[in-house]
Amino acid sequence: MTPLLELRGVSKHFAGGILGRDRKLALDRFSFAIDPALPGITAVVGESGSGKTTLARLLLGLIEPTEGEVRYRGRPLPGLSGSQRREFRREVQAIFQDPYEVYNPFYRVDHVLATPVRKFRLAATRADRRRLVEEALRAVGLRPEEILGRYPHQLSGGQRQRIMVARALLLRPRVIVADEPVSMVDASLRATILGSLRQLHEELGISILYITHDLATAYQVADTIIVLYRAAVAEAGDVELVVKAPQHPYTQLLIASVPRVGTARDWGTEERNPEAPSPAQGCNFADRCPVAIPRCSAAPPPLYRTDPRRAAACFRLSEQPVLLGEDIGQVLGPRPGAEPPVAAVLSA
Amino acid sequence: MNAGDRILRVERLRVSYDHPLGPVRAVGEVSFALRPRERFGLAGESGSGKSTMALAILRMIKPPGRIDGGDVWLEDIPLSGLTDEAMRRLRLAGIAMVPQGSMNSLNPVARIREQIRDALADHGERLSRRAGELRARALLAQVGLPPEVADRYPHELSGGMKQRACIAIAICLRPKVIIADEPTSALDVVVQRQVMETLGRVQAELGAAVILIGHDMGLMAQFVDRLGIMYAGRLVEVAPIVDIITAPRHPYTRLLIESLPSLERKGELRGIPGLAPVLRELPPGCAFHPRCPMAQPRCGTERPAVREIGEDASVACHLA
Repeated sequence: MTPLLELRGVSKHFAGGILGRDRKLALDRFSFAIDPALPGITAVVGESGSGKTTLARLLLGLIEPTEGEVRYRGRPLPGLSGSQRREFRREVQAIFQDPYEVYNPFYRVDHVLATPVRKFRLAATRADRRRLVEEALRAVGLRPEEILGRYPHQLSGGQRQRIMVARALLLRPRVIVADEPVSMVDASLRATILGSLRQLHEELGISILYITHDLATAYQVADTIIVLYRAAVAEAGDVELVVKAPQHPYTQLLIASVPRVGTARDWGTEERNPEAPSPAQGCNFADRCPVAIPRCSAAPPPLYRTDPRRAAACFRLSEQPVLLGEDIGQVLGPRPGAEPPVAAVLSA
Repeated sequence: MNAGDRILRVERLRVSYDHPLGPVRAVGEVSFALRPRERFGLAGESGSGKSTMALAILRMIKPPGRIDGGDVWLEDIPLSGLTDEAMRRLRLAGIAMVPQGSMNSLNPVARIREQIRDALADHGERLSRRAGELRARALLAQVGLPPEVADRYPHELSGGMKQRACIAIAICLRPKVIIADEPTSALDVVVQRQVMETLGRVQAELGAAVILIGHDMGLMAQFVDRLGIMYAGRLVEVAPIVDIITAPRHPYTRLLIESLPSLERKGELRGIPGLAPVLRELPPGCAFHPRCPMAQPRCGTERPAVREIGEDASVACHLA
């Protein structure tokens, strides 16, 4: 089936420095597809500067790739007609990090909810509009009477972020790209907001790309995970495999760095390899890698498929087959035997 | 509690903010004490008064806020008795702060070297060019930064490097207490671990005590010796970290720990039901009772007092 949304060999460079002479690679030949028949939740994790947000902005059509193509229902984004573009804008929704910046402080929060209903002509009457908005608010655990009529500054960060989820929901999207949706809300509310996202996926069959630097929430929310390191995929696959038994040394470092709630002080420290080779030509992680070998500085490693549901870019895994076409979609499919969500069956 | 072996004592500290509808109590009668070299954590949701408390300890509450009761003692000095000038000198030299979002607290148009020199000069240490250079290098080395960082402007540094530069400035006068207000909330886990390692090492070298403010219970579990839990401006529980994790006494503490997503076991994502209370309209009785799964009728009418449990722990709950 034609993917709903697809990145094909996408790279993004940003110009930097004086006169743009320093090109910075933000994403390197990345391919990924969202199949409308198999909705899933995929987490994208990595440190700041790893290319996570670039990936989100490319998928949303907010920036254009330097190389490769972003396609919506098989058509390259720049070639969409007016009505196709409208449909793209409805089906692919975004939730951003900062629940403070997305609001216009001069408008009541009703505005941010009513505008998409009007623009996409989702309701015939004012009463219908009101009903839709109220339903969406209830779906994310908010009481409409406490929310409507208020100004953004009168609501908490958690409430504002949930309104953004409600807004995305109003449009019945097929894909939600959520870029660090809970990094600015309290731990106690994080669970509630992520729970509403998970519920949307399960009940409505919405695919979600959850972009975060928080591995624990990624593990809890997602089915599959992509670990990015300096613009490239370090490891990708089933979240259970990647989190429980990471194979790439960067993923291993990332998981070991999460402070655990427990009585053991087992946080440890990062091991450095004093003889680590320079990553100039080779693996991006070579200069930090505790187990780097000379080969790592010669060329970047391809993705090796170590399991039907996992691939990792590390030469130490080179006895495994190389992932064909570098298409990580192959290891991100649903688990064999997994029941697709009900809504997906209905719409298929 | 024997006051003699405490480096910092906060006693019945109260902070209010003036509001057109009457004063709002942001910190209500909070007491705790730090041993020398102790790592004390303060955890709670946003708006629970953690950061206000840090500012109040440093007497940095600005109008419309004011400290309207209680005192803070640094060893045997009551801070309320100090003149503004004496208090200014004590900040950084006695109690230093690594502020929240300290990446943005560096001066963007001054090199790191100048910022270290300014901090020293403000506290009467006028050094020659050469001595200042050596001091800056030594401080940077202490936080694991190469000497050339002294020549850099903040925007030329990564988040983790900026945070370490802030730690270098905070320790330049060898303070007895370091208050770190969410020092790693903007950093990814790998860098967070490096920065916390640096903070821990520097603290041990100085023999300083640390107050770590934050809401990540995992970070608290790995770093602090003792943890205080704040809710609606009050300290509802204090206990050694192991006790808090294994046997939390306050229902809020238990929910806070349970709300942390695990990397071991995939299960339900659990939040704390309800919303943090608006300080202006605190519910009667225990402020947590509307959200508390164990609330009794008494909790809605009678505010639980803070009960001491031995030297190191306390709890404010009718059921604990």
